[in-house]
Amino acid sequence: MKILVAVKRVIDYNVQVRVKEDGTGVVTDNVKMSTNPPDDNAIEEAVKIKESGKAKEIVAVTVGEEKAQETVRKALAVGADRGIHVKIDGIIEPLAVSKILRKIVDKEKPDLVFMGKQAIDDDCNQTGQMLGALLNWPQATFASKIEVKENSLEVTREVDEGLETIEVNTPAIITCDLRLNEPRYASLPNIMKAKKKPIEQINASDLGVDTNSRIQVIKVEEPPKRKAGIKVANVEELVQKLKNEAKVI
Amino acid sequence: MSALLIAEHNNKELKPFTLNAITAASQIDEDLNVLVIGHNLDEVAKSSSQIPNVKKVIQIDNEIYENYLAENFTSAVIKNAENYSHIVCSANTFGKNLMPRIAALLDTSQISDIIKVISADTFLRPIYAGNAFATVKSNDKKKCITIRPTSFDPAPTSGGSAEIVKVDAGEVNSNIKFIKREEIKSERPELGTARVVISGGRGMQSGENFKLITAVADKLNAAIGASRAAVDAGYITNDHQVGQTGKVVVPDLYIAVGISGAIQHLAGMKESKVIVAINKDGEAPIFSVADYGLEADLFEALPKFLEELNKLNTIQK
Repeated sequence: MKILVAVKRVIDYNVQVRVKEDGTGVVTDNVKMSTNPPDDNAIEEAVKIKESGKAKEIVAVTVGEEKAQETVRKALAVGADRGIHVKIDGIIEPLAVSKILRKIVDKEKPDLVFMGKQAIDDDCNQTGQMLGALLNWPQATFASKIEVKENSLEVTREVDEGLETIEVNTPAIITCDLRLNEPRYASLPNIMKAKKKPIEQINASDLGVDTNSRIQVIKVEEPPKRKAGIKVANVEELVQKLKNEAKVI
Repeated sequence: MSALLIAEHNNKELKPFTLNAITAASQIDEDLNVLVIGHNLDEVAKSSSQIPNVKKVIQIDNEIYENYLAENFTSAVIKNAENYSHIVCSANTFGKNLMPRIAALLDTSQISDIIKVISADTFLRPIYAGNAFATVKSNDKKKCITIRPTSFDPAPTSGGSAEIVKVDAGEVNSNIKFIKREEIKSERPELGTARVVISGGRGMQSGENFKLITAVADKLNAAIGASRAAVDAGYITNDHQVGQTGKVVVPDLYIAVGISGAIQHLAGMKESKVIVAINKDGEAPIFSVADYGLEADLFEALPKFLEELNKLNTIQK
């Protein structure tokens, strides 16, 4: 079995994001970037499946500017076998990413495509499902447990009501939740080894897909700030304030 | 043109957030039709037709829709999408799972999780866990929109009498099979719509200690929430998680107990009307969004809080 894992480079989850003064976006210069956290879970799960002997090859793919390669390199350091970097600059919408990934799937013919359930930058939560539709493959989104069977996967999904279990025949798309596994850290020897693993670079413009923006960002602004609150001295004061001042209990 | 809202339901009744999505959808276009897809769902179609904002209900009843599989729903929606300028759904796990499949087949760049309708093509949505708000304009002819339900009021449920039109099912995808759903039944108000929410974090130290939270929740008729740390640690099940990748809640009163306040958690609760934080670390970021902060050991503060609540003559329910 072959697994394609899509990863995205985003502002690190610990960074306090700041809005640009001109309202065109958020500050990314000199800001720490990392792999989108649930994409780390996607890589980890693929590596675990390979370690269990149920997958032969893991290919990590990213779509983005030159530096997006870092996320592929990191995937190689934790166990992916080779990488693909589809080069494109600027903001690229999930619809365009899914069209690019479809081309990569056509070329690589994986049995499974894994990715994070949502990117923590644009919070769109679309790419996996869109790719599933374009390929007419079944999908298991928000996966928190995966069991590999003969020609299918049994997947437990985290949904609003609790948990749901479905079975999808391969080929299938899986979008991974943060509770799927505990992503490992890359060891130094593996980081060194990863430098020798191949990353194929492809220009998005050579894939013949429409990557033009359909959505115009008119402005990006700070959310309204909450009024500063107060500290109360003790529980009595808290209850009194909630009852008589805030009038919520 | 008109808007088509995909209703979320359990084949017996509409999910409450469908009403919020209906409000948003009718702000986009007053000519609003509702699509109810499921199995043995006459009651759902009927209650949809009684919502005054709804002009027409399209009902698709087939056993292939019993478990809301996105693959099968997508084909049913696409078959009925032709006459609509907007396809709309709630941005909860149902809508998040479904809408992008529809958008991709319609070749539309979806706009997820809107919190305000500015015009028929322009919307406000949070990005970066709500640390920025983006105003975005869709240039697609057909627009696929998901709605953050807590940002819109629920539509009234009676007074309307829309016609119900039954149409045939779409294609079935045989590569996916539903196995089971483990729903956690509770007598408490639903987390997403509760007037009061009390949440516990890593500071609770164990699942057992959540009984302190439960006792206060009982008193206040509150829903129980949790931070991701508490869910990851196994103190409580995933359906309680509040935050960027969990649920977004906007109660009148949110009480955060033993929660440090990572930005990912704040993303799910900082629009609450009144926020209380109880934490022994006075520097915890949760205090920066709290209206009332109590720097205290939660194991002393929670029993005391309950004791003080018990002294009150009346408590709002």
